[in-house]
Amino acid sequence: MTQRKRPSNTLRLSQSKEEDEDVTFTQPSSSQVQRGLEKLTPAQVDQKTAEVVQYILVKDQKKIPVRRAELVKNIVKDYRTVYPEIIKRAKRIFEQVFGLKLVEIDPKNHILNKNVLSVHRCPSNPKTGLLFVILSVIFMKGGIVRENQIWNTLKKLRVDPGQRHEEFGDVRKVVTEEFVRQRYLEYTRIPHTEPIEYEFRWGHRADMEVSKAQILEFMGQLHEQDPRSWSQQYREAHTGSSSASSGSLSTSTF
Amino acid sequence: MSRQLGDHHRRFLQTMMTIGITSEKEAKTLYQHCCETHKTQCAPDRLEEFIEAINSRLQPMFMQIRKGMSEEDGQQHYALVNTAETDITRMTSDYADNELELFRKIMDLIVSSENGKASSTDILNSADMMTSKKLKKGETQQLLLRLVQDKWLCESQGEYNLSTRCIIEMEPYIRAMYQDQVKVCHICHNMAFQCQICENPSCGIKIHNPCVARYFKGRMEPHCPACDDFWPHEIPEVRELHSLSKR
Repeated sequence: MTQRKRPSNTLRLSQSKEEDEDVTFTQPSSSQVQRGLEKLTPAQVDQKTAEVVQYILVKDQKKIPVRRAELVKNIVKDYRTVYPEIIKRAKRIFEQVFGLKLVEIDPKNHILNKNVLSVHRCPSNPKTGLLFVILSVIFMKGGIVRENQIWNTLKKLRVDPGQRHEEFGDVRKVVTEEFVRQRYLEYTRIPHTEPIEYEFRWGHRADMEVSKAQILEFMGQLHEQDPRSWSQQYREAHTGSSSASSGSLSTSTF
Repeated sequence: MSRQLGDHHRRFLQTMMTIGITSEKEAKTLYQHCCETHKTQCAPDRLEEFIEAINSRLQPMFMQIRKGMSEEDGQQHYALVNTAETDITRMTSDYADNELELFRKIMDLIVSSENGKASSTDILNSADMMTSKKLKKGETQQLLLRLVQDKWLCESQGEYNLSTRCIIEMEPYIRAMYQDQVKVCHICHNMAFQCQICENPSCGIKIHNPCVARYFKGRMEPHCPACDDFWPHEIPEVRELHSLSKR
């Protein structure tokens, strides 16, 4: 397992920094994979697969997406010619043993895990409630929201980003750093704003783990309205475009 | 001997991954809940088999749901552990090198202590004698807080002892590292940190507090099971009727 690095190395806030530091990893062809497999014993491939599974589990514990380049460099190493086969087996193990789905959210290099058991895990974290409120606001407002709109909503709920909150601590940090790092939110700069302003969107993990239909139900109950009265959001929530609705296989860009 | 798992197994495993450790009683409840949620038959006395099935699939990943007794209440617990190496590698991704060094020193203090505890004073003194980057007093206190939060240590009145989860997970490491130094319970033969010791200098056997409670329950005059000398310590109350099962 990798040693813990100093915080400044492991926190990657802006996406562009990540791209710069990536070693490009080109996928081997299927014939290369075949040839690679012939040179290895089944036990060796199984062992390497197990290491990959462990590595991803450790990262997933912290909800940090796994970068493919890192995975190859730290764990896969000499087995890179059979990388697609290892990932295929790892996916099978995640599904069969853990009931988790290994998904590539970013064709270049990110992988993360999603729960496929039909009833979701018991939320043990109060931050989930906070996140849920933010996701709801973003969704109801069409998918993008300026940051001050989020802060205003939270202030109405007595959660002030300027003050230390009893439960959440540094609220601004949780929302703009933790949730972003975990890929629940996207926090991007609005160009040409002075002073600099940011906007929020749903992150990839939210797209996969949170059902928009559920959010609409919740809003309906909150405002005592039929979810259908928000026709645009209703349409968006109930078309096949949301990948969170069922355990359907994602189209992988292998 | 790998078995096919169902969603009820997976839900149980996912929960174990979230909570890390659970009492046997709670594990039984969780098992029933998982079976009900996924509409599977549930025989209440087949928890062991159920966990065995999961373990057979976890084994290639060097993981296991392992059973162990809590020294606090004598109850059996189940913990999800990493079986990969005999070192404390489980922690290396969460703690810095110097923090791990101090944790090892804390373990030294606990193993060599009579009551299975290390006082914060002793821990702070140990921090002064570190070979890697020294931890300041504030940093040591922060570290101790994290170790308790992450369920490696328990704290009570300024003293720290190893948590049940820590004992279950690190047993191979502790046995290998400390060998004869680590105390062993005469009754259940597992490692013992918080225990009573026979005062006969040529005997000196150790018994876990909960094992003492069970062994001497109802006896008017307790005697050491090894040397027959009078057992002078206070006999604790049995917490709950529970059969002693070997691991």
